[in-house]
Amino acid sequence: MDFSVLLQDIPTLLVVILGVPAILAAYIVGGEFLVRRLPDKNRPQVRPWIWVGPALILVAGFLLLPALGTIVQSFENNAGSWVGFNNYASQFSDFPSGGAWVAIRNNVIFWLIFYTVFTLVFGLILAVLFDRVRYESIVKSLIFMPMAISSVALGIIWIFMFQYSTPGEPQVGTLNAIITFFHHDPVVWLQDQWPSDKFNVLNNLALIGAATWGITGFAMVILSAALKGIPGELLEAARVDGAGEITVFRRVIFPLMMPTIVVVGTTLVIFALKAFDVVYVMTGGNYNTDVLAFRMYEQLYTAGNNGHASAVAVILLVAVIPVLIFNLRQFRAVEARR
Amino acid sequence: MAAVTYDHVVKRYTADVTVVKDLNVDIKDKEFMVLVGPSGCGKSTALRMLAGLESITEGQIRIGDRVVNNVAAKDRDIAMVFQSYALYPHMSVYDNMAFPLQMQHMKKEEMDKRVRNASKILGLDPFLKRKPRALSGGQRQRVALGRAIVRSPKVFLLDEPLSNLDAKLRGQTRIELQKLHRELETTFIYVTHDQVEAMTMGDRIAIMNAGILQQVGTPGDVYDHPANLFVAGFIGTPTMNFVPVTTSDSTAKASGFEAKLPKSVPAGKGTLGFRPEALTDRPSADGSNLQMKVDVVERLGSDQYLYGQVGSDQVTARVDPRMKVAPGDTAQLGLDTRSIHLFDAESEAAFF
Repeated sequence: MDFSVLLQDIPTLLVVILGVPAILAAYIVGGEFLVRRLPDKNRPQVRPWIWVGPALILVAGFLLLPALGTIVQSFENNAGSWVGFNNYASQFSDFPSGGAWVAIRNNVIFWLIFYTVFTLVFGLILAVLFDRVRYESIVKSLIFMPMAISSVALGIIWIFMFQYSTPGEPQVGTLNAIITFFHHDPVVWLQDQWPSDKFNVLNNLALIGAATWGITGFAMVILSAALKGIPGELLEAARVDGAGEITVFRRVIFPLMMPTIVVVGTTLVIFALKAFDVVYVMTGGNYNTDVLAFRMYEQLYTAGNNGHASAVAVILLVAVIPVLIFNLRQFRAVEARR
Repeated sequence: MAAVTYDHVVKRYTADVTVVKDLNVDIKDKEFMVLVGPSGCGKSTALRMLAGLESITEGQIRIGDRVVNNVAAKDRDIAMVFQSYALYPHMSVYDNMAFPLQMQHMKKEEMDKRVRNASKILGLDPFLKRKPRALSGGQRQRVALGRAIVRSPKVFLLDEPLSNLDAKLRGQTRIELQKLHRELETTFIYVTHDQVEAMTMGDRIAIMNAGILQQVGTPGDVYDHPANLFVAGFIGTPTMNFVPVTTSDSTAKASGFEAKLPKSVPAGKGTLGFRPEALTDRPSADGSNLQMKVDVVERLGSDQYLYGQVGSDQVTARVDPRMKVAPGDTAQLGLDTRSIHLFDAESEAAFF
């Protein structure tokens, strides 16, 4: 390998290696120097800002400004001239199959509801059941394992799971192997738009199933921590008071876990709205499985339409922000109760 | 209302961890029985086995005539007050107390009547709509009691219910609990490590140590006639004085004095026990007198405690507060030999 190029850049390298820490150090020392010049009563108000300052500048530079840029761009065409709400209008045109409608429907109906509910229900069931299992930590690690797999690998794994071979051929895909064992014809899971291409449940659920498999461990671990936070004496008291195990769960465990369930639920709603990778890897948004985040990507890189892509991004942002605020509030409420 | 019987009950966690060893107790109907002992003595485990929260390794527990070994906690018809109170934090005071009745599918009106009745007895009326979080420790404790009494259970179990209260409230609640017991006419089984609670509240006391039942008897019984060294040392404050002695016939010779024994015992070694109040500033009629080199004097107004050495033994005396004595003095004390105890050096069992 040729390092000569690197060697030419040694001055730059030195500036980066030495200069960046030096600037930070100068900022801290200088900031503190200025703060000490202030009257006593103002110091506690000013000092925190000195310390969060760099983070705020980074957030502003790399998050806030690009976001504002995206909002501006969503009102422009590729040439950079103002087009008003045209980009938005084209996203909301030709209901129900045109514009972004399919993506919106998939996000809001399928992903938001099924992905969230499946993950919560499975996570809760697993957390409660494994709480009583002897080798709890091993079993829980197994369920948590998919979290360690990159979502692209996850998509590829599930492409194999859903693999289709023509009837009569040996079925390599696990799911088709199972259903052909029960004398059912193999199903093209990722393309089959059962019950109709107007409302294709099957392939959407196939994608959501794969994504759920990947995230259930996350929900389980957090819910399990909440479950362990419930004092054992409370459950014993309920049993002595005459409650059976299901009643104990329904009347004591579940209500006490509710704040955590809400936090996990809203986090999952945000994940659902942002869904991208599984769709990108497994179907490429074909067969009516498009979602907003993927549509944004396609509008930008495939269609090369910056304005449309920005409009989709803004729609997504507007959808996520209320959930995000609610989530933060709820999280703080849970923390406050500890 | 029911009697409770522990019949050769054993609780074993592993082959060599046995926390309750061959427990045999008959608790009578409507009795206030206190299980007392130092922490880790198995008293709470004994109670939890009765509640159905722990399995029974060997033996039988009967509530009335019914063997409950394989009956689930929810079907035993018992009520329990936990040390932490274990109130349901998401329910109001009213709902906390109504919960056990809801589990019985009781009619709304009957349930309401019972909850309101219990809340009146316990003075909880102003708090019915509050959550446990908004109550003081004493109020929470009363809610826990309320939740137990609404059901009129067969047996009422209390696991150190007073230990989270401050001293003053503890004294009051002790009296309230005794009143409650008289009013409810139910069997109470009360677990505590505090011998004062045991002495003041129990109809009878069962003293446990290291998983073994030491003695069962009325407070007067266990105080005046402790079965062994452990019981003698555990019951009473300040604790009984223990002095190693050599016995021959009916005298016991300690390092600093000789005591006349009320009856003759075989010659040998033993431990002489006498409570601080067995020492007085008047000489003893039978010549069992001792000289104490006083180290510390505590005047409590009604009492005066002297701590000092008799021969080579540490002794505490509770004497008349009018006796004039100062640290460094040598006090002449008489021993009331009617209330002394002698314990075998080996088995630690009491001769008398």
